[in-house]
Amino acid sequence: MGLRDQLAIPRDVIATVKNPEHRWMAVCRGTGCSSSASAEVRQALCDELDARGLSDEVEIRRTGCFGFCEAGPIVVVHPEETFYTHVTPGDAEAIIEEHVVGGKPVEGLLYRDIATDTAVERWHEIGFYGKQQRILLSNCGIIDPENIGHYLAFDGYSALEKVLTEMTAEEVIEEVIDSGLRGRGGAGFPAGLKWRFARQTQSWPKYVICNADEGDPGAFMDRSVLEGDPHSVVEGMIIAGYAIGAQDGYIYCRAEYPLAIRRLEIALEQARELGVLGENILGSGFSFDIIVKEGAGAFVCGEETALMASIQGERGQPWPRPPYPAVAGLWGQPSNVNNVKSYAYTPRIIIKGADWFKSVGTEESPGTAVFALTGMVNCTGLIEVAMGITLREIIYEVGGGIPMGREFKAVQTGGPLGGCLPKEHLDTPVDFDSLVAAGSVMGSGGMIVADETTCMVEFAQYFMQFVCDESCGKCPPCRIGSTRMLEVLQRITDGEGEEGDLDEIRRIARGMEQGSLCALGQLAPAPVMSTLLHFEDEYKAHIEEGCCPAGSCRALITYEIDPDLCTGCMLCARKCPSEAISGEKREPHVIDTDLCERCGLCKEVCRFDAIVVN
Amino acid sequence: MSFQPTFDASEIEDLLNGKRGGEHPSLMSVLEEVQARYRYLPQDALILISESMGVPLSQTYGVATFYNAFSLKPKGRHVINVCTGTACMVRGAKKVLERISDRLGIQPGETTEDGQFTLETVNCLGACALGPVVVADGAYSGEVTGAKANALLSKVMAEAKTV
Repeated sequence: MGLRDQLAIPRDVIATVKNPEHRWMAVCRGTGCSSSASAEVRQALCDELDARGLSDEVEIRRTGCFGFCEAGPIVVVHPEETFYTHVTPGDAEAIIEEHVVGGKPVEGLLYRDIATDTAVERWHEIGFYGKQQRILLSNCGIIDPENIGHYLAFDGYSALEKVLTEMTAEEVIEEVIDSGLRGRGGAGFPAGLKWRFARQTQSWPKYVICNADEGDPGAFMDRSVLEGDPHSVVEGMIIAGYAIGAQDGYIYCRAEYPLAIRRLEIALEQARELGVLGENILGSGFSFDIIVKEGAGAFVCGEETALMASIQGERGQPWPRPPYPAVAGLWGQPSNVNNVKSYAYTPRIIIKGADWFKSVGTEESPGTAVFALTGMVNCTGLIEVAMGITLREIIYEVGGGIPMGREFKAVQTGGPLGGCLPKEHLDTPVDFDSLVAAGSVMGSGGMIVADETTCMVEFAQYFMQFVCDESCGKCPPCRIGSTRMLEVLQRITDGEGEEGDLDEIRRIARGMEQGSLCALGQLAPAPVMSTLLHFEDEYKAHIEEGCCPAGSCRALITYEIDPDLCTGCMLCARKCPSEAISGEKREPHVIDTDLCERCGLCKEVCRFDAIVVN
Repeated sequence: MSFQPTFDASEIEDLLNGKRGGEHPSLMSVLEEVQARYRYLPQDALILISESMGVPLSQTYGVATFYNAFSLKPKGRHVINVCTGTACMVRGAKKVLERISDRLGIQPGETTEDGQFTLETVNCLGACALGPVVVADGAYSGEVTGAKANALLSKVMAEAKTV
């Protein structure tokens, strides 16, 4: 009899969840779908079932993120796995009446393939999921994240049981090292080695810290894992605690993720009740508990030493390494800091073995990569792909290409500390080392696609503004460098760029890279330098010709009305906040460029594409 | 601004008394509670906290000004938050922000003179697939355009008048 058998496992829940015939509906309750009113959809479905006396026949289950946030709210009807998109509360009746009672899918709610414009019925037949390999996200969209029974049904906490009954701490570390798991926070340092260093330091107490301060704008991988499968992170942390000899864990989660924090608190409470967290776990004598610490809105706290300073209640400023956290971290004690995803992989590696993990992905970067694919791409959302897939496959096959037939311009990875790659690099395989060789980085998983309407100077300026706001101010190269660099970029996008500005940018970048204390300052020039490397022409157009080729920089563009296309519908004239548009009804209108504030509202509302940007 | 709870020294003292005895009493957690109560950190509260916790005022001020969650100025009754994360930016968040900023006549981080509206930006809400995202008084709106922002503002402003 295993330790697990002593638990008060909710067996009826497990039996239901595992039954392949079970009739149930998954309603996504991640942040994305919740923002598009999935709570109301869930209620409407429940009401419809109630009205027909079917509440006992069909389970309505709240699940984590399906990743396809673009098409939300999402409802999946099981066991057929019929995938409904853009569901509104008003659609509930049709789903229950036609599908559940009538046995026929609701045609109008099915996803339509972009290329063929045909309806796709089943979840896994959708192009967005075709090239994906969901290991880390396997439970997202399936289990109820607020019910530990569902996690248990999918082998939850059996890795913990295996570790506590069959493995020594050293064997656990050996297995993680052998799997080749590299830290998913962005740097890609081997997770197992980090654990070993923390284990070897002879000082107690030790701490296990989970970095859930996902501060990169345009990234929501960790949020989705925490919201959709919180127990996998909790289990991974307990295993890490056992491996390094720690009893206390902290999850540092950004306050901008209220739902993730709530789900974590629920998960921790349920885990304690079940006896897999807290004193004397599963009667093994090993004790471990976890506290959730909310961030307070500071990007630099994603840097591990700043994160620990913040847990200590201080200003979240980094301190110089060495000593590394494995030697002296939180309150000066040995600490192991890993990203959310790194911990969440661990239980899977323990159960299925290092060789299984290595069979996915590339030799140097085993496993999968989770990306938040966003920006100018048809299918935006959260994706999980095997390492080694090319950028082209991700953008054009998973992402379905660029909307409105526009041209791809660049893909940005690694957030404010990463880089962008132009179309010449679309065939670069996605893994830690290949991306670095191409001039970008893996980062924690943000992937933002830019098209021809994105001004790369503005894009660079945006990131520098971000760093400037978020620099903690401790070291001058970062604090002053980012401010000076921003001034130069601002000048260029304002149309006041000067000769020598590009050299000035390069000079400041060198200073920041070489002189800054932590990764924030050292890597901050990267987005600017990579845009400068690949799109120097765009910079020069701003400086030398006073024009913005993407038609985006407010100071460098003018709006005009094409008299041949304008029908004189007067819509733009009515909407213009500065009353700069005039003309008679059914006659072509004119924009007064002196009055025009270039807000672009006219272009947005025009139904005849008559507004031209010069 | 009658809706702003007035600063009450005894409340802060109660709060500090409640915090004592913890293993790692943290300045941040005290400030978080004061911020939640008053929606900003009144100067008198910072002084009181520093004296009572035996922490130099400079250090309290340092923590208070470091994190975006803390504000030294009172916020308006309605808070409009424009996500300026990369994905939202690429999809036109700048135009949305400019539109709202023009209409309210304030810059991000400022509050209108009548104390009704505060305009803020947030680095990323993680709802990138729905960008540009605007959060008005806690309610999320996705795929916001300049025109949609206008409509949203009109709605919030109309509600503000009826209160």
